[in-house]
Amino acid sequence: MAKQQRNSKGTGDAPALGFMGSMRWIWTQLTSMPTALFLLLLLAVAAVPGSIFPQRDANPESVAQYLEQHTTAGPWLDRFQMFEVYSSVWFSAIYILLFVSLIGCIIPRVKKHAKALRTPPPRTPVRLERLPQYSSHEILEGETDTPDDQQVIEDSFRILKKRGYRVERREDATGASVAAERGYTREIGNLLFHISLMGVLASAAIGGALGYTGQRVVVEGETFVNSLVAYDSFTPGTGFNADNLPPFAVTLDKFDIIFDRESKSHFGQPLDFTAHVKVRESPDAEPVKQELKVNHPLRISGGDVYLVGNGYAPVITVKDGNGNVSYSGPAVSIPQDSVYTSMFVLKVPDAEPSQLGFQGFLLPTALVDENGFGISGDPNAINPQLHLNSYFGDLGLDDGNPQNVFVLDTEKMEPLNSRDLDAGGIILEAGQTYELPDGKGSITFDDLKRFVALDINHDPGKLPIGIFSGLALIGLAVSLFTPRRRVWVKLKQENGKRSIEYALLARGEDPRLEREAAELQKIFDKAWPLASQEQNQGAVNG
Amino acid sequence: MDNAGALAPINETLGEYSQLFMLLAAMVYGVVFIIFALDLAKTNKSISEMDSEALKRDEELLVSAGGAVGTKPRSRRGAAVRADNVGEHIVTDKMEYTQLSAKRPTARIAVVLMWLAAALHGGAVVSRAIAAHRVPWGNMYEFLSTGAFLVALVFLLVLIFKDLRFMGSFISGLVTLMLCGATIGFPTPVGHLVPALQSPWIVIHVSIAVLASALFAISFAMNVLQLVQHARMNRLAAGQDDKLPFMRVVPGAGALENFAYRINTIGFVMWTFTVIAGAIWAEAAWSRYWGWDPKEVWSFVIWVVYAGYLHARATGGWTGPRSAWLSIIGFLCVVFNFTIVNIFFDGLHSYAGV
Repeated sequence: MAKQQRNSKGTGDAPALGFMGSMRWIWTQLTSMPTALFLLLLLAVAAVPGSIFPQRDANPESVAQYLEQHTTAGPWLDRFQMFEVYSSVWFSAIYILLFVSLIGCIIPRVKKHAKALRTPPPRTPVRLERLPQYSSHEILEGETDTPDDQQVIEDSFRILKKRGYRVERREDATGASVAAERGYTREIGNLLFHISLMGVLASAAIGGALGYTGQRVVVEGETFVNSLVAYDSFTPGTGFNADNLPPFAVTLDKFDIIFDRESKSHFGQPLDFTAHVKVRESPDAEPVKQELKVNHPLRISGGDVYLVGNGYAPVITVKDGNGNVSYSGPAVSIPQDSVYTSMFVLKVPDAEPSQLGFQGFLLPTALVDENGFGISGDPNAINPQLHLNSYFGDLGLDDGNPQNVFVLDTEKMEPLNSRDLDAGGIILEAGQTYELPDGKGSITFDDLKRFVALDINHDPGKLPIGIFSGLALIGLAVSLFTPRRRVWVKLKQENGKRSIEYALLARGEDPRLEREAAELQKIFDKAWPLASQEQNQGAVNG
Repeated sequence: MDNAGALAPINETLGEYSQLFMLLAAMVYGVVFIIFALDLAKTNKSISEMDSEALKRDEELLVSAGGAVGTKPRSRRGAAVRADNVGEHIVTDKMEYTQLSAKRPTARIAVVLMWLAAALHGGAVVSRAIAAHRVPWGNMYEFLSTGAFLVALVFLLVLIFKDLRFMGSFISGLVTLMLCGATIGFPTPVGHLVPALQSPWIVIHVSIAVLASALFAISFAMNVLQLVQHARMNRLAAGQDDKLPFMRVVPGAGALENFAYRINTIGFVMWTFTVIAGAIWAEAAWSRYWGWDPKEVWSFVIWVVYAGYLHARATGGWTGPRSAWLSIIGFLCVVFNFTIVNIFFDGLHSYAGV
């Protein structure tokens, strides 16, 4: 992705070069600017499908749902890796080619610029007046402070050096001159930017391989110990050994939400989530009280803990048909809306003689709407109720296929309670017990707790990515806003008159070259007694 | 768990006044748009007047100077207009004000009115911020209204130094559209931020994103005009009629291209910063610095398109109209990211008020 134009002869005239020659030709093509530009634009286009189709990485449920709904197009899209665009063969191919092209471009430019840094400014052109910013001024003689030739060259040298130019005195057949160049950092910035981009990519790859990421739901009172078995889901990097998980522990004491109670228009909008936790960095360390909030993760060595969700977990006791307690404890419910109407599913595989299943809703503040349906009126648990249907039979857990805990498979089950049955649905307030029909058992709504959903991850690439991104930004700004320009100042003898002439030349984009010329003019005017002569703007108006 | 007063209470009355001022500003911008459009429509007539005046001035100069050395009379005023030099006394390629260009009374009225609209608009934005005790960019209504204010303000500030009045109808039209979108499409009473948005990064990430978008909008307009001017110059050079005489108050295609490039470089650096700041914030809020959320995808696409634009300028055969098209596509992606992606795509960047 060189800034300068490269020679690309197009694909039409590929000559017979032999194997090495062909390889070199391919390399030249790949590292050429038009190819880099093409790959760059292709990358932009290739990124788009990932925003249109659900992606497995972020949203596996949506992908499964999409495949169910689109039985024809779905498998084809899947074949072309449309559900994992950013790890797909074609997306990877584009950015890898792009970065190879980038490397092939960067290396010669680093060499070239290293050489340029040691090279003095270029020789003074014989005809300065041909350059875009040119000016010529007679030196007024006879005054007491008229500088001699030596002095003028000395002054120019000093002035240009002070303005940040690299300066060199010259003496040739046409006379004495000063050659100056500045803005070497422009190319350095450009190289820094591109190299930093490679650093970002490399850090992301390495960090992803050496890190891990996992999820866990923790109910108030529970403790999460960072070990493989404690996770609800866990994704290690390819180079991560799960035995090396740092054994920290996080206990959720209490979870508080503040809702907006003042605004009419935003009534009930959450304003603050705070999880009061105790953190133990290692099994023998003292527990430390901390607050875990959105935007304020726990930074524990070896793992960061983030608050990414929350909801209610009713504490339930289920007795089976034999009168034994077959379930006891909190069961997580999934909030569906802003008033925390929460989906509740409970599977009781240990119930005998037949397994039991419950599904329905938790209503934190139960009200009855005009159709007689239970609805929630507030996100806080003012009058919590469970509205449930119940089933008995086979939960279908024994065939070995993994099941979604939040979906009750009722295929091999018989309904016990529902609005359509004589027994009706189950409505439980906190503390109440309901006896299931036909002596199938009972269910008790003991208590209501809150839970938090935690993301736990470790990515050693984060810091290097941050550093490389910062460097890339600095490099980018330097490369775009540092002008690279050359200046020549020359003494001229003509018809017994002495004059200085100078010219500026931009290398690359330089919208302020003219202003620099005017600035130099001012300084020269102060330094020497110059005749105010016609200024030649050279090629600009010429 | 009542409202523990963690956040200062909302001043709803002030919020309502803010919305009223926003509407007023939208109306004045609408008027400004009409006046700028009138200025362009009138241009045909006024240009010929200015042409004759310029011719007269040149003649006077010639006479008074007596053909002395040092004055450079130009004879290209009047009827014979060179294709690459159209309307140069009305707007220069440096886009600076000239003695003659100052005499565009209609445009001057429009500029004065636009300052008035911007003052109302600024008052509305600031009072909203005061009413909510936070930065006024937490939902679509606020992005649109604050973004529109930045577009107008950047334009008016540049207008002090450069004669960009040829873009007046585009900018005032865009701002009117954005304010209508805010007040009609996403009316949102003033409120607190949800916890995910309560971060210092909202100040930095969103403000720079909006500012970068404002710059991209301005360069977009210039690149569109560049294409029109380019086609027109080609037509004139081929000896055909000038179908778009009002384009004479617009600088040459090359000047537009260069100016747009300068703006785009600043916009690109800001966008790079936006993406980096967004990644830092996402790491703290969502536990990952990059997750290919639709908004992140499109921010990436925008970044790559403008990167392509910058490279195109350095590639043979890609300067001129081709690079202009890349800049135009880039801005269309910005608009897409701001509208379609915010409203219709499921993702973490879903905001209150949508």
